[in-house]
Amino acid sequence: MAETYRRFQHWAERRLPALTRYRKPESLPIELHRRRIYIVPSGLGVAFGVLLLIMLAGSLNYANNAALLLTCLLAAACAASMLVAFRALDGLRLTAIQAGHAIAGEPMPLQLYVDAGLRTRQAIRVEVDGQTHAFAIPEREQLAVKVPLQTSMRGWQPLPRIQLWSSWPLGLFRAWSWLYPDMSVLVWPRPEAAGPPPRSPSDDPTHQRLHQGDDLAALRDYRAGDPQRRIAWKASARHEGLLVKDFEQPRPRQEWRLDWRDLRHLDSETRIARLARWLGEAEAQGVPFSLWLPGEEIGHGSGPAHYVRCMNALARLP
Amino acid sequence: MIGLFRRSHPEAPLDARTFDLLCLSAGVVLILHAMHLPIWLVAALAAVLALRWWQRRRRPGKAPVYLKLPLVALLAATVIFHYGNIFGREPGSALAVGLLVLKLLETETPRDAKVAVAFACFTLMAALLADQGMVATFVVTLGLLPAIATLRALQPARLPTTLPREMLPAIGLLAAALPLSLLAFVLVPRLDSPLWGAPPSAQARTGLSDRMSPGDFVDLLTDDHPALRASFDGGLPPPEQRYFRAYVMWQYDGRRWTSLPTGRQPVPVDYQDSIGYRISLEPTNQRILPALDVPLEAPPKAILGTDHELTSAKPVQDPLTYEVRSAVRYRLQPELDEISRRRALQLPAGFNPRTLALAAQWRQTFGDRSESIMKTALSMFHDGGFSYTLAPAPLGRDAVDDFLFSTHEGFCEHYASAFTVLMRAAGVPARVVTGYQGGYWNKLGQYLLVRQSDAHAWSEVWLAGRGWVRVDPTAAVRPERVSLGAAAAASAGQSGWQGLSWLRDLRNRWDVVNRWWSEGVIGFDALRQRGLLTPFGVRNTDTFTLSALLAASSVAFALLGLAWALWRRRDEDPLRAAMRALERKLAGAGVARRSSEGPQHYLQRAARALPGQRAQLDQLMRSYLDLRYAHDSPPPEPLRRFRRAVRDFRPRHVVK
Repeated sequence: MAETYRRFQHWAERRLPALTRYRKPESLPIELHRRRIYIVPSGLGVAFGVLLLIMLAGSLNYANNAALLLTCLLAAACAASMLVAFRALDGLRLTAIQAGHAIAGEPMPLQLYVDAGLRTRQAIRVEVDGQTHAFAIPEREQLAVKVPLQTSMRGWQPLPRIQLWSSWPLGLFRAWSWLYPDMSVLVWPRPEAAGPPPRSPSDDPTHQRLHQGDDLAALRDYRAGDPQRRIAWKASARHEGLLVKDFEQPRPRQEWRLDWRDLRHLDSETRIARLARWLGEAEAQGVPFSLWLPGEEIGHGSGPAHYVRCMNALARLP
Repeated sequence: MIGLFRRSHPEAPLDARTFDLLCLSAGVVLILHAMHLPIWLVAALAAVLALRWWQRRRRPGKAPVYLKLPLVALLAATVIFHYGNIFGREPGSALAVGLLVLKLLETETPRDAKVAVAFACFTLMAALLADQGMVATFVVTLGLLPAIATLRALQPARLPTTLPREMLPAIGLLAAALPLSLLAFVLVPRLDSPLWGAPPSAQARTGLSDRMSPGDFVDLLTDDHPALRASFDGGLPPPEQRYFRAYVMWQYDGRRWTSLPTGRQPVPVDYQDSIGYRISLEPTNQRILPALDVPLEAPPKAILGTDHELTSAKPVQDPLTYEVRSAVRYRLQPELDEISRRRALQLPAGFNPRTLALAAQWRQTFGDRSESIMKTALSMFHDGGFSYTLAPAPLGRDAVDDFLFSTHEGFCEHYASAFTVLMRAAGVPARVVTGYQGGYWNKLGQYLLVRQSDAHAWSEVWLAGRGWVRVDPTAAVRPERVSLGAAAAASAGQSGWQGLSWLRDLRNRWDVVNRWWSEGVIGFDALRQRGLLTPFGVRNTDTFTLSALLAASSVAFALLGLAWALWRRRDEDPLRAAMRALERKLAGAGVARRSSEGPQHYLQRAARALPGQRAQLDQLMRSYLDLRYAHDSPPPEPLRRFRRAVRDFRPRHVVK
C-alpha cells in the first residue's frame, strides 16, 4: 500500500509539477503566498460533508425550515473555515534554517526559523522526512522549530522538501505548501566502532624532535608581551619592525598527529572512519590533536570548535 | 503529496480542556432535548455524563466494556419500551441523545471526539424537529458553539486561553457564515413531497377536535397558545363577524356531538359581500383549516367540504399559511334537501325527556314560527338564571336535562349543545359548529391573534328563506364572551392578569416577532420562494434554476470570502505613518516634500516657509530625527508624543 502510494506520488510529481511544487530549490527566506498554498477537505471534512447532506435531506423531508436554517448555518461555517485554514498559512515566512551536527545514520537537529508575520498562527505543522511537529506563534514573533533530519551518508546532503500544513481551525480542511529550500547540510562520517589507537609521536623516531629549549628556531614579528631579552636587535635593525627570536616551545607532553598518510594500507572510507574515531577519542580525552588530510592540513588544537572543524574536513573529503 | 492519506499511528489521548468542551457540547444537546424527552431519561443521561466527566478528571481511561454494552442495551430497551418503536421523531431523538452521551464513555482519542462532535451536530438538528419556534432555533444555534469549540480544541499547538474564550472564535465563525446561510436558506429548492414517510408526531397538541362533549373545551379555554393569526385585506371585521368555523357537527348520540365525513360538493351559497384574508395556522396535527364564516373556495392543497368547511390534504404538522375569501352576508343553503333536514332534526331516542317536553310545548305554542322558538330559547338562557363558568358541575346521563333544569351553569359547548337539542326537539333544523371566536387585534402587526382560549362552540339554525343562520346562545348569557373572550367572560368583574395592560402589550409585541418568524421562516415554502424571487426577475423557480442561482451566489460569496482571505494588513511603521501625515498637512499648506529631500532638509524648508510655526516644526524635526536614528526601533512613549504633536499640528498658510 505504502509502495503503491509512493509510486503514485512520483507519477503525480512528474505529471503535475505545478500541483506538487516539485520545482527548483529556492533560496531563503521563503514566504507562503496564495499561489503556493493548496487546500483539500480532510477525512473529517468529507465525513462532515456527508453528515451535512443527511441533515439537509432530513430537514427538507420534514419541511422543517428551522432545521434547514441550522444546516445551512453549519455548512456555511464549514465553508468559512476553509478560508481560515488558508489564512493560517498565508504570509507565513521561513526565514532561516540552522543545521546542527550529526554523524551519518543519526538524526541531525534542524532549527527552522519561522516568522508569523502579522497574524497569530496556531496549529501549524511542519513535516520533514515524514515526521510532523506542531507549533504556534503569536503575531509578529519568530519561532525556532526544532525538527530532526534523517541522515544516511557523510558529506553534503541537500535538505528534503518540507511541508508546512495546517487543518486549523476545525480540522475539516487541510491547507499545505511545499518548501524546497536551496540548502545542504554537512553530515559527519560515522566513526568505526573499534580499532587500534593512533601511533603516539614517541613511537616514530622520524617525527621525534626533542625539546631544545635554547635552540633558535625562527624569527618572528614582535607581539605585545614578548620579553625584551628575546628581541633580535640586529635583525630588527635590518627590518621594518621588531623581530623576536623564537625558541622552540616546549612540546605538550602528549599530542596526537592524525595523518591520512599513515593509513595508506586502508581504503579511503575506512581511513575516514578511523580518523573520525580518533578525533572523537582525542576530543573526549581532551588531548590536543592535529589532522593532515589530502588538500587540507589542520594544525594542533583542541576544544569543540577544533573538533567540528576537523570533522567537517573529514566529511568533505571526496 | 496531497494530504488525503493519513498515516495511522496511535493517537495521543484527549487533553482535559478538549474533553471538558466535549462534555459541554453533549450537555447542551441534552438540555435542548430535555423539553420533549421523558424527564427520568434526561436525568439518567445527565447523571451518566456527569459521572463520566468526574471519572476522567480523576484518571483518564475508557469505561469498561462490561459497563458500556449493558448501558447501550438498556438505552435501546428503554426507548422501545417507552415509545413502542425506535423510528420517528421522538424515539429517534431519544436514542440519538442517549447514544451521544454513551459515546463519551469510550471517548479517549481525537478520532472519537470528532465522531462525537459530528453526532452532536446531528442531534442538535433533531431537537428542531420537535420545536421550530424562534427561541428554540436560536438556542439550538447557540448549541453549535461548544461543538465548534471542541473541533478547534482538537487541533495541536494552540495558544492557551480560558474556557469561556474558546467560544469567541466559534461565535465569529457563525456570524461570518450567517449571510451565506441565509442566502442558501432562501435558495435551497424545497421538496414537493417527502422523500420518506414522516410518521405523525405522537406529541399531543391541544386544539379543536372533530367531536365535542360537554367538558372537552376546558383545557382549550385556559390555553394561551396562539391558534392562528389572520390578516385581512379590508379592515378588521366587527366582533360579531369574527367567527372562524372549523367543524360542523350534525351527529348527536346523547353524550357527544360528532362531525360527519364531508363530501366534496359544497352546498350553494348566495352572498353579497366577501372578504379576503390570510390565515397563519399553528400546527394542529389535524386536517381542518379554520376559516371565517363561509369560505367560498379552497386554497391550494385543501378541499372545500359540503358544509363549507376547509380540510387540508394532509394533517397540519408545521405552521401553514393560506389565503381564503369568505362570504360575510350570505344565504347558505337556501333550500334544505330532505336528507339534510332529517339529519338536522335527528336526536337520540330515550335521552333528555324534560328537554323534549319543553320543546314540544314550544312547538305547540309557536307552530312553524322557528324564529319565535329560537327567541324563546335565547331569552330562557338570558333570564333563566344561567351562568357562565369554566368549572361547571358535572352532568349526568341526560346531560341537557341536567344542564337546563338543575345545574344552570356551563360554557359555550354546554349552551350550544343544549340550544341545538332544544331546536331539534322543537322541529327546527339545527347543528353545532365549533371553531374560534374573537381574537386580539395586534395593531403593531396589523393582524388578529386568535389563541386556543378563543375556541368556541355555537349553533346554526336553518330558517326558511334565510338558510343556515348562526346563533350564539353563549352570547345570550354572557355577551362579553363575544366581545372580550373566554377568560374575560369567566372572570368578569374580577381583575385578572388581563388588567396588567403593559404585560399584555409586551405579550402582543412578542407575538409580532413570533408571527414574523412563523410566517417568514417556518412557513417559507416553494410558494414564498417564488414570491420572493419574482421581483428579482426570476420567473421560473424550478429546482434547476434555484440550484443554478444557489451556485452562482455561493461563488459570489466565495469571492467575497477570498478577498477577505487574501487581504493582508500592511505592516506600516507607525513612525513613518505619522511622518506621512505631517507631510500631508504641510503639502496642504503648500510645502510638499520633494522626492530627493531628507526629513531634516524638508522640515527646515517648511520652517522657513511657515515662520510663525518655526519653533513647532523645529521641535517636530528634532524628535523625528531622534526617534528614527537614535534607536533601533522608536521607543513607545516618545513615539506617542510625536504622533500627538503631529495630530495637533495645524499649518497656517505659506508666506510668499
